[in-house]
Amino acid sequence: MSNLNKLGLAGARDALRAGETTSKALTEACLTAIEGAGALNAFVHHTPEIAMAQAEAADARLKAGDAPAMCGLPIGIKDLFCTKGVPSQAGSRILQGFLPQYESTVSQNLFDAGAVMLGKLNMDEFAMGSSNETSVYGNAVNPWRRGNDDTALTPGGSSGGSAAAVAADLCLAATGTDTGGSIRQPAAFTGTVGIKPTYGRCSRWGIVAFASSLDQAGPMTKSVRDAAIMLEAMCGHDPKDSTSADLPVPDFEAALTGDIRGKKIGIPREYRMDGMPEEIENLWSDGIAMMKDAGAEIVDISLPHTKYALPAYYVIAPAEASSNLARYDGVRYGHRAGLDQGDGITEMYEKTRAEGFGPEVQRRVMIGTYVLSAGFYDAYYNRARKVRTLIKRDFEQVFADGIDCILTPATPSAAFGLGEMTDADPVAMYLNDVFTVTVNLAGLPGIAVPTGQDRKGLPLGLQLIGRPWEEADLLSSAYALERSAGFVAKPDKWW
Amino acid sequence: MSIDESTAARVAKLARIKVDPEALPALAQDFNGILGFIEQLSEVDVEGVEPMTSVTPQRLTRRADVVTDGDLQDDVLKNAPDAREGFFAVPKVVE
Repeated sequence: MSNLNKLGLAGARDALRAGETTSKALTEACLTAIEGAGALNAFVHHTPEIAMAQAEAADARLKAGDAPAMCGLPIGIKDLFCTKGVPSQAGSRILQGFLPQYESTVSQNLFDAGAVMLGKLNMDEFAMGSSNETSVYGNAVNPWRRGNDDTALTPGGSSGGSAAAVAADLCLAATGTDTGGSIRQPAAFTGTVGIKPTYGRCSRWGIVAFASSLDQAGPMTKSVRDAAIMLEAMCGHDPKDSTSADLPVPDFEAALTGDIRGKKIGIPREYRMDGMPEEIENLWSDGIAMMKDAGAEIVDISLPHTKYALPAYYVIAPAEASSNLARYDGVRYGHRAGLDQGDGITEMYEKTRAEGFGPEVQRRVMIGTYVLSAGFYDAYYNRARKVRTLIKRDFEQVFADGIDCILTPATPSAAFGLGEMTDADPVAMYLNDVFTVTVNLAGLPGIAVPTGQDRKGLPLGLQLIGRPWEEADLLSSAYALERSAGFVAKPDKWW
Repeated sequence: MSIDESTAARVAKLARIKVDPEALPALAQDFNGILGFIEQLSEVDVEGVEPMTSVTPQRLTRRADVVTDGDLQDDVLKNAPDAREGFFAVPKVVE
């Protein structure tokens, strides 16, 4: 078999089990593809020795007929996951040289399921960003281009390296994390599938924390089926994360019937934003028509507090970040600034954090500090948490009215050029998350599925939002959408 | 609510991030942009609404009050920028 790296998880799994290829061959194909893709800057720490050792072990298990769900499948791991003995920097200078002495639960679950780790993937610093431009490693680059125009485009963020790597077939799939849209926006920008499960589905233990009440891990894959396979391997109850749900994990792949006849799909009117590009508008209408043709009932719904989701997010997420990132003090791990004569411990903290954190992280930590400070806590933080209650209530209401899932655009535009937003104010960048951030605030599962292309050939995606804990049902609806859309385009290789 | 340079300096101090005085005007401007955006929240009627503490209704589970790990001094100190004699070392704190 040739071009083994172009396979998805399901295809490779089936080929492995049929004895048509080996994990070693798959892994070598991916490592070769990675070596030739330096221009994408997707993989930032390479672990070929670990990969080959895991591949050999997987081949032995396959031979013995003891092959778990991800056995022998080579994947990339976002730099946010702590991987034992392997650099895990969260895209930040402040964690330069940090070698975790433990393994995150999600990566351990994947290894237990037989997965092979090719390396660590680029991302925005501490997952704060929507374009992968805040990374200490430099920009990850989208394998997609605007036709013949060679402008370098963003793969989105914060899981930009994961999205670029999957879209460019450097790996079969990758892990991502999503605090406000960091799986779904990059998936939409690269023509890949990304699901953020219900809050609590995946353990957060060993994942570098950004905003603990919003962070969730999820898979980034080449198809909905692959997302089902990998999500099942990633999730499950973990006593080490007190917010991890003690619920059985369904067989997500078995639930992929794609039968949505009689299902009620909600179309929220508040997501029809002023100034929404016509192409996004059309993509959405096409998606609605596809779901209708597949037998679903389309229902107009209202989520009245949608408008306040982004401002609430930009209070809650920085507040939690300022608290979580207080641990980077130059004492226990990571970077410590060089000190001048007479500098005490306060100077050490202040210089370490000024040198170690990039501008966007500093900005958010300070905004968080401000909204939590005496005199402003009620006006900002408590108010935002009340608005969050209302946002969640909006969703509970429509689900109580019988809506099965909600269809929206995933992003307000196609991938934009790297550097295009540099001079814009920070709020303009935040608007990238306008369709995704509500889902994190309400703790719901959401999936981005590629369903079309813009005039210049760039991929565009739609988002489906499901009821809490009903990822199986959500994936099946996404499978129906994927089948109807028939998105098969791939970027032309230029790298 | 407008943030001036002295407020920006105070916030930087609280966050333990060193900001050069010449960077304060731009920082204050960034803060004002973001806080202006956040200000929309004041339009929402939140009378009688409970602030969210947990997005899922689950209760945190209790666990037995027993030691489950330990003896990890080497692992704990492994990544320290300065570790001496089994401790983290920092600049002198007490005169």
